[in-house]
Amino acid sequence: VEWPYRGYYRTRKNLNGSSNGAVSDPTLLGAASEESATRQTAQIRRGDASFVRCIVGAPRFSPYLFAPFCGYSICALRVDNAPVLLLASLNTHTVSSSPVLPESATPTSAGRADLRPEHIRDAVIRLAGNSQDGIQTVGAFLARLAGRSAQEVMTYMTIPSTISGGPSIFQVRIGSGEVLSAGDEADFLVAFYQHSYDEHIYFLREGGVLLYDSDQFQPNLEDKRFVYVGVPITGLTVEALGGTAKDKGKNIFVLGLLASIFRLNPDKLKGLIRERFGGKDESVVNTAITAFQAGYAYPVGNVLTHLYEFEPSPRKSERAQVTMDGNQALAYGLIAAGVRYGAGYPITPWSSVMEILRSEFPKYGGLFVQAEDELASVSLALGFSYSGWLAVTGSAGPGISLKAEAIGWASMAEIPLIVINVQRGGPSTGLPTNVEQSDLHQAVFGGHGDSPRVVLAPATVEDCFYIAIEAARIARKYSTPVFILSDSSLATRIEAFDEPNLSEVMVDPKPDLSPRPPGVKPYPLEQITQHAPPGTRMLDGKYPVVTGLEHDEMGHPTASARLHSAMTAKRRKKYQQLGDELPVPPVHGAQEGETLLIGWGSTYGPISEAVNRAQERGERVGSLHLRHLHPLPTGLEAVFDRFKRIVVVEMNDQGLYGYGQLATLLRARFCNPKIESFTKTDGLTFRVREIVEGALK
Amino acid sequence: MNPLDAVPPVAPEREKLTKKAVTADHPTWCPACGDFAVLASFYKVLEKRQLPHENIVTLAGIGCSSRFPYFVNSHGAHFIHGRSVPLASAISLARPELHVFLFGGDGDGLSIGGNHLEHGARKNINLTYVIMDNFVYGLTKKQTSPTSPIGYKSKTDPTGAIDHPVNPIKKLIAAGATFVARTHAAQVNHMIQMIERAMDHDGFSVIECLSECIEFFPGAFDAGNPRKGGEFKVIEEKKWDDTPEDEARHDVTDEIAAYRLANVPFPGLFGVFYEIDRPTKNALEQKWVQSARAKLNHASDLEILQKTFDRMK
Repeated sequence: VEWPYRGYYRTRKNLNGSSNGAVSDPTLLGAASEESATRQTAQIRRGDASFVRCIVGAPRFSPYLFAPFCGYSICALRVDNAPVLLLASLNTHTVSSSPVLPESATPTSAGRADLRPEHIRDAVIRLAGNSQDGIQTVGAFLARLAGRSAQEVMTYMTIPSTISGGPSIFQVRIGSGEVLSAGDEADFLVAFYQHSYDEHIYFLREGGVLLYDSDQFQPNLEDKRFVYVGVPITGLTVEALGGTAKDKGKNIFVLGLLASIFRLNPDKLKGLIRERFGGKDESVVNTAITAFQAGYAYPVGNVLTHLYEFEPSPRKSERAQVTMDGNQALAYGLIAAGVRYGAGYPITPWSSVMEILRSEFPKYGGLFVQAEDELASVSLALGFSYSGWLAVTGSAGPGISLKAEAIGWASMAEIPLIVINVQRGGPSTGLPTNVEQSDLHQAVFGGHGDSPRVVLAPATVEDCFYIAIEAARIARKYSTPVFILSDSSLATRIEAFDEPNLSEVMVDPKPDLSPRPPGVKPYPLEQITQHAPPGTRMLDGKYPVVTGLEHDEMGHPTASARLHSAMTAKRRKKYQQLGDELPVPPVHGAQEGETLLIGWGSTYGPISEAVNRAQERGERVGSLHLRHLHPLPTGLEAVFDRFKRIVVVEMNDQGLYGYGQLATLLRARFCNPKIESFTKTDGLTFRVREIVEGALK
Repeated sequence: MNPLDAVPPVAPEREKLTKKAVTADHPTWCPACGDFAVLASFYKVLEKRQLPHENIVTLAGIGCSSRFPYFVNSHGAHFIHGRSVPLASAISLARPELHVFLFGGDGDGLSIGGNHLEHGARKNINLTYVIMDNFVYGLTKKQTSPTSPIGYKSKTDPTGAIDHPVNPIKKLIAAGATFVARTHAAQVNHMIQMIERAMDHDGFSVIECLSECIEFFPGAFDAGNPRKGGEFKVIEEKKWDDTPEDEARHDVTDEIAAYRLANVPFPGLFGVFYEIDRPTKNALEQKWVQSARAKLNHASDLEILQKTFDRMK
């Protein structure tokens, strides 16, 4: 056979499982002689790959695709002015790497035909692969399906900060009861690659199931602690989808597999797939559905002794659940709060908030501006607020530093503003895709001069929605900048929660342009400042200037010592008034006793779960979660008095004097020597076990 | 709800806007400061144009000239150093019925705020910005400014400035400003004319106004002042009258010609260098808002958000 054209071999990457397998190199495969091609094919065949596809094409023709037939594929390609080439493609994907089930981990020896689902209340599934594999999509599908089934759900993910590629995980915990954290260990680990296996096998509980891509690697089957299920995920996906997609779509294949293992509703999932890819080319939807079908149809019964089924959720709520991540919840919370204008600059993990608002605000007649830098974005937001539309800006820690000067102006000029800080590991560029709660002091104290401000922190994804409404309420009522301290774990995790009653919580955002009566002072000493936006008629003909210079009640600049003292006190008192207005948060668990855990922000789940575990052991432990960090609600002392120990649990450093940032604040505020600190700085969310062992010892 | 719906119509009967009505605090500038003349010209423009009083917004950053808002009785804000362009941009974008005037100096606009000036120009936000250029930092008492000429002796350059100065006109043209003019504080009529043309321009309109710092750079602009023996050379704009002399006149839409005029050595030329029509960000954003709202059949805010949440179930 002549070989006049360059051959195109479409093979999946890393066919033989090695990270740089020579056979996947197209230049090598595209060798210009038949001899070398044969040799390469033979090499492929000798490898442990289960599936091979060779496509030969000519430069003038697109590769000719073919369907597998009876387990063997015959490739025929007709090239004009050239001989017909016939290539047999081996298709040996029958589960050669049949699962090895350690005896100890085989609870039943049920025959394959009569697999009975085991009812479970709770499952932690960790998917580990590379960031471009779309495992987040799978996780999101599972989360949304759980949400639609009234199941509790929480997810956790890590994404690399590299531009493309790199290891990535998505963990989804689905439960029929209350799910407070993403789970300390996985019941089910899906590993796409050797490195996924190496990195995450520690996270699998004993007796847990490792579902792995047998086309990519072989786990250590000698380790009898786990149940091994090898499925040639890559090969089967390529086979199902045909050549051009390569192994794209194996995430959806895995979704199909999981749907069959956990007896999830395939029609609902397909519906979700159609919604997700609906806006795109029809072929994208079809490809995804094909991949899903292939995974769903895979005979898992041959390789798994168990199927699982979630118990129906006991939760009875009249409201349907919505499923979203924390940044979405923040964005839609702002819309519900009547915020219609804002400005920002891209930075991880804040960017998705501004992306959503940029598209959403115009629907409501508003506008979100992408500014040239952080300083411009906060200045734009202040311009919007000054013009009568409470506005939002946001960033992560480094960007907030750049905004600091303008926020000082907002304190002095008394302009309402919402500043979102989606915290990440710091300082400086730090750990852009990891989680940390180390910007509390920046938020509380990060201003020049005496410039108190309000600092709030959402506890859950659901709370991101409500905290935005609370932030807007406070900003408007007290004419002040309000910080919302979210973090990258809230930003990226998906939770299902009761759909908010929008007709109750939505706020009408109209600016007050009603004419102001004579004698109105822009900065009254005895009242909270409420500015008249431009466009407002001042009936005495005296128009106000808002200013960053110290001023008298009329806004005129002054250097009077008496006035600076009086105005500083005026600006402070409103926060004291706010503190008095705030309710003391409820104590979870024991109302008095041994230890009170105090937390803020995204640690709500693991802390609450740690308290539950301690209580199950009969310990008298409670927890208090602060949403209002500055000013603190008045009256916390009474709660502190009811416990022997108070331990503040937070994800930041213990600092020079041995206390985390909130602990430092609370010790300064209450001078209570009982207040201890438990911190960590590994860039990961708290595990329940860490809190139980570290803070409740 | 469309934010514009919130704006009440202007009351039909209103008193005439007099100089007294727009005058506020007595300026704190040094006697004989050039900025007095700029302020007086602005009063004149307000009196002449009779804008609704409540719709005038006077904004500034930090500097001697940025004290401006305190001296004008209108809604106003005295912001932070260098960031007045983004502040003003937001006001212009959110409230198109307002007349946004921005005042500042060379340090505020061309040094610390240089980046914002470029982006405001590129985005073509509808506002009028008067840069009162005195070639020196006056409020902080005589440091070199971005426009200080080479050789100027200041407290930070005691042996004379060595850094190449910014040419504000060239910077603005290059950045995409759609109206660029230059005037002199000693030429009140010219100044009024320029401010009026700038405010009539739909887009980012900037005037560089040479305004002498009597304290730290006296005589800086005498070369452009005929009363001090200088020459006030005005750009002759094309009248498009097909006369032979019109050939030599300046076409304000010609970017290259504008750039060439901006290169004329100090004291340079005065008048409009560049003026073109380009859609403003205000208009483009409004277009987006209108199409987004039309697609939603002008549904209420509650309906839109409810629909979004329905999709997340």
